[in-house]
Amino acid sequence: MHAIELPSYKEQSPEVADRMARLRERPVIMEARSITKRFPSEQGENTALLNVSLHARRREFLSIIGPSGCGKSTLIRILAGLESATEGAVLLEGKVVSVPGPERGMVFQGYTLFPWLTIKRNVMFGLQVGGLSDMLAESEAMQWIEMVGLADFADHYPHQLSGGMKQRVAIARALANRPRVLLMDEPFGALDAQTRARMQSYLLQIWRKVDITIIFITHDLDEAVYLSDRILVLKANPGEVAELIEVPVPQPRSPKQFLSLEFLAVKARLEELIHPDSGVEDELPMLRLTCVDDEVT
Amino acid sequence: MSHAPWLAIRKEPPARRSAILTVLSFVLPLVIWCLVSYVPFIWHPLVEITDSGDSIYLEKGGLVDRASFEQENARIASENGRQARGVRANPVYLPAPHEVARAMYTAFTTEPRRPEEPWLHESLWHSIRVVFLAFWISSIIGVPLGILCGVFGLISKLFEPFIEFFRYLPAPVFGALAVAVLGIGDGPKIAIIFIGTFFQQVLVIANTTRKVEPALIEAAQTLGARGATLVRRVVLPAISPHIYRDMRILLGWAWTYLIVAEVVGASTGITWFINQQAKYRIYENVYAAILIIGVIGFGTDYLLGVIEKNLFVWNGGRRNRFFRFIMDPAPPIRARAAAAPGRSAIVREPSEG
Repeated sequence: MHAIELPSYKEQSPEVADRMARLRERPVIMEARSITKRFPSEQGENTALLNVSLHARRREFLSIIGPSGCGKSTLIRILAGLESATEGAVLLEGKVVSVPGPERGMVFQGYTLFPWLTIKRNVMFGLQVGGLSDMLAESEAMQWIEMVGLADFADHYPHQLSGGMKQRVAIARALANRPRVLLMDEPFGALDAQTRARMQSYLLQIWRKVDITIIFITHDLDEAVYLSDRILVLKANPGEVAELIEVPVPQPRSPKQFLSLEFLAVKARLEELIHPDSGVEDELPMLRLTCVDDEVT
Repeated sequence: MSHAPWLAIRKEPPARRSAILTVLSFVLPLVIWCLVSYVPFIWHPLVEITDSGDSIYLEKGGLVDRASFEQENARIASENGRQARGVRANPVYLPAPHEVARAMYTAFTTEPRRPEEPWLHESLWHSIRVVFLAFWISSIIGVPLGILCGVFGLISKLFEPFIEFFRYLPAPVFGALAVAVLGIGDGPKIAIIFIGTFFQQVLVIANTTRKVEPALIEAAQTLGARGATLVRRVVLPAISPHIYRDMRILLGWAWTYLIVAEVVGASTGITWFINQQAKYRIYENVYAAILIIGVIGFGTDYLLGVIEKNLFVWNGGRRNRFFRFIMDPAPPIRARAAAAPGRSAIVREPSEG
């Protein structure tokens, strides 16, 4: 099938196996227990998620990937508490949570910086709401702004920043609250390819520096493999867990690994799971736009 | 001059052309008015008598329509009398621009005919006070109620259906009732402007409030904000520029209701002045008063527009020096250092599409 012979995506080098073993010993930060979500629809009920369970351990990078309509956005919104599950429970460090809270930071796909606040004040927002004095909040916020490399833009307004910069501020704003988990809903989906690549490496750097567990939604296979320790693959109609993949690509990650055999093996497996009919082209109805005879003669 | 096409769809004309067009939009009506007033053969349907001749009924300085004038002269001619003479003129209700321009000044300096009557500036001030008082009363109830309706479904369902019904009742029909309840002073006038403004205001503000980007509220929730904090720190700032714009439009409506309100009960204010001057047939004063209302309305709105641009910098506005002086604290040291030339600590990302 493949042009080059790929190893099994389940084969792990000793270092990776070791890391995975260590990961399994860490405490569970966020857990979803058999989440089911049904929406009322015209034909009775529509099941968006069916019995989805997951857990993310401390400092793990867990990606959730799946074809469109698999309910991955619904899932992360349930984890954040922005929507409620029809059945099942969300646990944060063993406690059930049902409403949004500062211990679960979230970065959205769209730009959700408050346009009336400067960058600094945006990052201070959660801290002030949490009851920190303005002075403390400001010095705390500046540290996070410096970490995402935007210190010189602290007094700018969001509309003066590029898309990638806005998402960096959004990450700083979520992290400033010291959340236990960072939920990211296709955060780089609206960015162009180069900016997205740069943002991915920023995110990995931040993840290495901060004690944070990341749950990351994406539909980009490369992005999922490049960033994650483990990838939860969902399938659509209804949204169910298809497979949980441990990524055999060694850490720390670098863009050079995009062409490594382990990387490609995982990607090939994801392709299989997400586009099961690959190989058979979707046939479009053909329209005759020109007369074939004209071109031949 | 630029070569931009004149009739480009949905495109701003170049700056200079825009400025010229703006001036023209005022100059063109003025030109038409001048033509009608100063060029005799365009309209001038009447004749102003300069010499009554042997006419029995024509009087010097009087105005008659041309047909009657010619008929009278024909009659005089048949009796071999002295012909009446006159120049073509417009009706009294169309004074020439220079007369109105003069009236804009003299109307203020002319003493009222009766000592108990107000001067023009007093009438004008009375009107302004009534409008702003009514708008103020309407706003201190209407704006909070509208915002509450926009935020809470419960309040919206409780108030909006009735308000929706009530706003279809034309404010002037409450005139008689308002006088009966509130007497003949300014009370009923304020009540009518209030009725005309308030119900629209609640609905407009509620709709504006409902348009807050849900993602901003969700983002704030994941940062720990809820309840009153969420309303105060997210909903209010998010809608503030839109509410401001709504208020500009609503203030315009309040002005329109003024004219109806001022004839309820005892006629007062600028409407009284206009009616009075029309009764005396001093039409240039009528025009002057109407223009003054326009100037006040337009001027207020322009001023509010300037304040808007300076207030909501984050919404694309820009502060001028005066507003920077009152509103912006001294820039922090870091920003000043960053603004210093020759220093670029950060590599700016290439622009993203």
